[in-house]
Amino acid sequence: MSTDIGVWIAAFLTLGILSFLYKDNPFYKVSESIFIGVSAAYWFVYMIYNVIEPNLLGNLQKGEWWYAVAGILGVMMLFRLIPKIGWLSRWAVAFMIGTGAGLNFIVYLQSNVMKQIRGTLAPLNSIGNIMMIVGVITGLIYFFFSAEHKGLLGGAAKVGIWFIMVSFGASFGYTVMARISLLIGRMHFLFSDWLGLLH
Amino acid sequence: MDTRFWTKEKCKWRRKVLPLTAFIILLALWGTIRAQSPVDTLPPSPPTEVTAFDTPNDAGKNITINWKLSTDDGAGRNIVKGYDILRSESQEGKFEVVGSVVAGISTFQDDKVKNRRNYFYKVRAKDHTSSDSPTVGPVQASGQWYHKGKTVVLIFVVIFTALVIYFVESAKKGKKLYVRPIPGMDAVDEAVGRATEMGRPILYILGLSTISDVATIASLTILGRVAKKVAEFQSKLLVPCYNPIVMTVAQEVVKNAYLDAGRPDSYDESNIWFLSSSQFAYAAGVNGIMLREKTATNFYLGMFYAESLILAETGNIAGSIQIAGTDAVTQLPFFITSCDYTLIGEEFYAASAYLSREPKLLGSIKAQDWGKAGLIALIILGGFFASFHFDTFINLFTVGH
Repeated sequence: MSTDIGVWIAAFLTLGILSFLYKDNPFYKVSESIFIGVSAAYWFVYMIYNVIEPNLLGNLQKGEWWYAVAGILGVMMLFRLIPKIGWLSRWAVAFMIGTGAGLNFIVYLQSNVMKQIRGTLAPLNSIGNIMMIVGVITGLIYFFFSAEHKGLLGGAAKVGIWFIMVSFGASFGYTVMARISLLIGRMHFLFSDWLGLLH
Repeated sequence: MDTRFWTKEKCKWRRKVLPLTAFIILLALWGTIRAQSPVDTLPPSPPTEVTAFDTPNDAGKNITINWKLSTDDGAGRNIVKGYDILRSESQEGKFEVVGSVVAGISTFQDDKVKNRRNYFYKVRAKDHTSSDSPTVGPVQASGQWYHKGKTVVLIFVVIFTALVIYFVESAKKGKKLYVRPIPGMDAVDEAVGRATEMGRPILYILGLSTISDVATIASLTILGRVAKKVAEFQSKLLVPCYNPIVMTVAQEVVKNAYLDAGRPDSYDESNIWFLSSSQFAYAAGVNGIMLREKTATNFYLGMFYAESLILAETGNIAGSIQIAGTDAVTQLPFFITSCDYTLIGEEFYAASAYLSREPKLLGSIKAQDWGKAGLIALIILGGFFASFHFDTFINLFTVGH
C-alpha cells in the first residue's frame, strides 16, 4: 500500500467520483467540488502562461504590434463587468464568430466536402466500391430536408439511414473499447499505485 | 605411454582441430588487416542541379530548395548519410545550417526566412567528410493572394453562395419553402411543457467547443428558440457553460429570447454560468446538477466528446426527457442509445431553420439540398469516369495544400 499522501488523496477522490454509480452522496459532492475548483484554477494559470504570455505579450515584446488588436478585443470582453459599456463586449464576440464562420466555411468545404468526394470517386469494379458509393448517395438523400421523404426519395433515405446506423454500430463498439481502457487505467491506479496489489 | 605426435588415434581428432584453428587465425588476421586499412576519406560527390525558389501558393516566409541527389547516395560508393541545407544573406557571406534531411531526400522548405529579402543557398552532402554544391540565389520569399491549387474550391464557393442568395431572396419574397419534420424538434414544445407541469427546470448543454465552432453557433440559435418557449411557459432554464465566451453569448441569446417573449423581468443571468473548462470536471458538475435539480428535460446540442455518454446516461437514470444533437460522429451512437430524440449531423443544423422558419435559414437549407443533389451527380459521374480511367475529371477534386 502506498505511503504517498498524494496517492491517498487521488484514490479518495477517484472513489468519491465512482461512488456516483451508487447515488449522489456527500463524498461525490466533495470530490466534484474539488475537481471543478482545481480545474478552474488550473485553466486560469494555464491560459496565462500558455496563451496570454507567449501569444500576446511575447509577440508584443518582439515588436509585432498588430497583436495589440487581439489584446484590445480581449479587454473588450471584460467590459461586460461594467454595465454602462458592456455592449462593447459584443464587438469582440462578433469578431470571433465572424472570423470563425468565415475560416470554417473554407476548411469544411475542403475537408468535409472536396476530400470526401475525392475519396468516393472510385471505379465501379468491386462490391466494396459500389457499396461505398450507394452508401454515400443514399446517406446524402437522407439529409435532404426540403423534400418529403416519400416514394423513391423515401426509399433511398431509408437505405441511407440503415447505412448510417450500421456505421454507428461499428463506431459504438470501437469507442466503447477506448472507454474501457480509461476505466482500466483508473483501476490500475487503485490496485497498483494505491493498494500495491498489482505489480 | 605413447608420446608420438602422429599416432593413429591422435591423428583422428587433430585432423579436425588443426584446420579449425588455422581458419580462426586467418579470420583474426583478416579482421586486423581490415581494421588497419585506411578509412575512405574521399568526400561524397556533391548534390547537383540545386534550385531555390519562393514556395508557390503560400502566405510567404517560405523558400523551397530542391537538388539532385549525390551520385554516392544510394549508388556509387553509397556513403552519403544526409544533407545539410546552408543559407546566407550574401553570396560570399557566412553560410549557416538551417536544416538537415536524411539521405534519399532531395527537397527542403526553409520556413524561417523573411519576405522580400535576398537569400543564397547551398546543399552539403555528408559522410565522415562533406562536399558542398555550388551556391544558388539570390531568392526572395513572398506571399500570394491566390492559391492556384484551390480554384475548384473557389468554384464550389461561388456556386453555393449563388444558390444561397437565390433561395434566401426567394424565401424573402414569400415563396414557401418546405422543411421536412425533424422529430427531435417537434418534441421541444412537449419537453418544455412537461418541465412546466412538473415544476422542474430545463437543462441546456451547449457542448464543449468554442464560439467559432459551427456546432456551437447552431446550438446557440436553438437555445434562443428554447429560451423563448421557456419564457412563455414561465419555466426555469439552466445553462452551465464549458467555455466562458460561449457563456457570454448564451447570456445575450437568452436575455433577447426573454425580451421577445415579453418577459424580460423573468430573465435571471445567474442561471447561465461558467462551470469548468476541464472536460470531466464539467461532466461531474453537470451530473450533480441533473440529480440535485431533478431537471425534467435535458438538451445536449453542440460539439461533444468522451463525456457524452456520462451526461446522457445520468439524465436517463434521472428520468429526464432528453434531446441531443451533434455532428460529432463518434458520439452520436451514445446519444442515440441513451436519449429520447437525437438530431444526427446535419439535422442538428437544419433544426434551427425548422424551429424559426426564418427566410434566411430556410433559403440556406434549400440551397444546401441543391448542393447535395449536385454532389450526388458528381459522385455518379465520377464513378463512371473512374471505371474508364478518365483521371482528369477525378483529379479536379484534388485540393492543393
